[in-house]
Amino acid sequence: MSMTFKKLKEIREETLNRMNLRGFPSDKPNAPYRWSVAICMETSCMSSKSPQIKQRLLDLIVRDGKENEIEVVGTGCFGLCEAGPIVIVRPGDTFYYRLNVEDIDRIYESHLLGGEPVRDLIYPESITEDGYLSYFEIPFMAHQERVALRSSGHIDPEDIREYIALGGYEALYKALVEMTPDDVIDVITESGLRGRGGGGFITGRKWRATQASPGDEKFIICNADEGEPGAFMDRSILEGDPHSVIEAMTIAGYAIGSDQGYVYVRAEYPIAVERLEKAIGQANDLGLLGANIFGTGFSFNLEIRLGAGAFVCGETTALAASIEGRRGMPRSRPPYSADKGLWGKPTMINNVETFANVPYIILNGAEAFKKVGTENSPGTKVLALSGKIKNVGLVEIPMGTTLRQLVEEIGGGIPNGKAFKAVQTGGPSGGCIGPELLDTPIDFDRLAEIGSMMGPGGMIVLDEDVCAVDVARFYMDFIVDESCGKCTPCREGTKRMLEILIDITEGRGDETSIPRLERLARTTELASLCGLGQTAANPILSTLKSFRDEYEAHIKEKRCPAGVCKALTNNLTKDD
Amino acid sequence: MVSHINSEERQKEIAAFERDLERIKDGRGMLMLALHLAQNRFGYVPSDVQRIIADTLKVPLSTVYGVVTFYSRFTLIPRGRCDLSICTGTTCYIQGAEELLKEAEETLGIKDGETSPDGNFSLSTTRCVGACSLAPVVTVNGEVHGRMTVQEMKKLLADLKKQYLSQPESNEDK
Repeated sequence: MSMTFKKLKEIREETLNRMNLRGFPSDKPNAPYRWSVAICMETSCMSSKSPQIKQRLLDLIVRDGKENEIEVVGTGCFGLCEAGPIVIVRPGDTFYYRLNVEDIDRIYESHLLGGEPVRDLIYPESITEDGYLSYFEIPFMAHQERVALRSSGHIDPEDIREYIALGGYEALYKALVEMTPDDVIDVITESGLRGRGGGGFITGRKWRATQASPGDEKFIICNADEGEPGAFMDRSILEGDPHSVIEAMTIAGYAIGSDQGYVYVRAEYPIAVERLEKAIGQANDLGLLGANIFGTGFSFNLEIRLGAGAFVCGETTALAASIEGRRGMPRSRPPYSADKGLWGKPTMINNVETFANVPYIILNGAEAFKKVGTENSPGTKVLALSGKIKNVGLVEIPMGTTLRQLVEEIGGGIPNGKAFKAVQTGGPSGGCIGPELLDTPIDFDRLAEIGSMMGPGGMIVLDEDVCAVDVARFYMDFIVDESCGKCTPCREGTKRMLEILIDITEGRGDETSIPRLERLARTTELASLCGLGQTAANPILSTLKSFRDEYEAHIKEKRCPAGVCKALTNNLTKDD
Repeated sequence: MVSHINSEERQKEIAAFERDLERIKDGRGMLMLALHLAQNRFGYVPSDVQRIIADTLKVPLSTVYGVVTFYSRFTLIPRGRCDLSICTGTTCYIQGAEELLKEAEETLGIKDGETSPDGNFSLSTTRCVGACSLAPVVTVNGEVHGRMTVQEMKKLLADLKKQYLSQPESNEDK
């Protein structure tokens, strides 16, 4: 079918009218529902049985013929994955946590039929003297600001109409009908949006370079190969709001003059792949993808390509090689992807979260986007908070929020009375940030200044029980596994660094160990072909900076202060 | 998965795979997809299947082999009927994934990356399935089991052994 603005508006009105319980104002609400129950259908909650909870609730509703009174919606991520499976009852946004399947019976009887919330199943921190805080008022949500995750948790990601109800595909209409490709690129550039995959490159500049590159055939690629361990931002966006990425890629296609896009997703994310497939199908059916979109003559096709478990494929030239059906090995640049990318044609590659910001910027303008964040890193950042922290989950914060706010306030601190040791950011390319640097604001430049990097957004909190040398060894082991072997500095340098780290953790370190590590780190950094090798030493360099004494304890005293390194545990371990 | 079935069944699977390939062979850059189809259907990418892919997609066999061996998801040995994978991403690692791996290796008598001779179990490690909030996690044929402890791992392994060793090999579970 072909889509018009009028039809889009009709779908929007129609769908909004039945979504009034979910907190969206509607002129003429016609939903008869008394209650709307949102159940998180994201990987983490699903593996804690949220699909069974949803099915059980639906069965109860059908049994009693309450279909017109109670709405059940499977949504994307709410954020506090630690408390999963999460069920939110609206109105009131009552937050039920860590439910068992049979608990839903009580919620149904008491809350949905009787109007009385089930106190002992409600998230304890949302209980107040005279009632219950809504999910969005709990301490975990303080400081958070949702732009990339704006629809996640509110809509059913498998229903394009609900995305449209919240203004979805209006940015695409605006771009195609009211703006020239140059206008689109200008707004994205003015917004200051920087690549959320970790590099922090100015997105508008990338778009401009690909647009300016001569060629009849150009490509748009969405990098969804979230290979960094401890990261699940892109997975959550794809599972919770896949249309935001589809809409943005289409807008990008219009801006740079491309009619073909690819989403390169990890095969480890089956649910994300399934939702994305469904979403692409629905967009095609409604004429929001395919030929002659909004009757403008602009056409755009989108295909999914699966990765197969190679971390290096997050690198743009390696990713292109993988889509072409080759070994995912990077090549030297220039030429850049903007000039010679996929199949040698101009190609623009952005990450999932970067794309998810685009419709918001087109609809609301660069100024609105810049209202949050810092001068050089405007907007928000989605982070995956995990490790030794109370509130594990997905958060979205304004750039400039400090690491301390993230760990202590949003994260709720370290569990079991343990002491904070470090935050690991940027995965194998990033570093460990010790307690002395906790007041560092989270933005691209400030994290780079202290020798770590923003990275895609995995934030792993380490407590005193974690050994800094062992963490460095862990990452180097990962890099040695994942190094593609094409260039010598990375292939050999990382291997030699790993050997030295193993020696240190097994009690064979000597006074040459640290100087040798530092020299190898410099060489690998300078001489490697791609980002993987160039940043491979960061976990070592950053732990050396904050925890040099720990390295020295392993080497000189043959002692692991955290008591992790097994070969050294016969010697005095814990400080206490 | 059909890695342990008789040759007649296997011929049928090969024929079905060839039909899959026919459908995709004219697309651009289809080698990865072809390998995913093969891995999913056969539980590995044996050499005769590599040759079929090379002939149909018109790429050198050496390229096919090169790509198979580059990506960790494609394997040259069959995955077991019960494919157990321990996540060793950072979050799972600091929450004790190593002990879970050790437990699985000891109980199943196979190492990381191996398949038991009877074809029932295979064991592997994976770098992050993105379910870090449930760390440490283990997947069984893709299904995520979260917040594992050594105790729970023992229980899971006992259950799986009961389940997979009691029933005769069947051709149904593809």
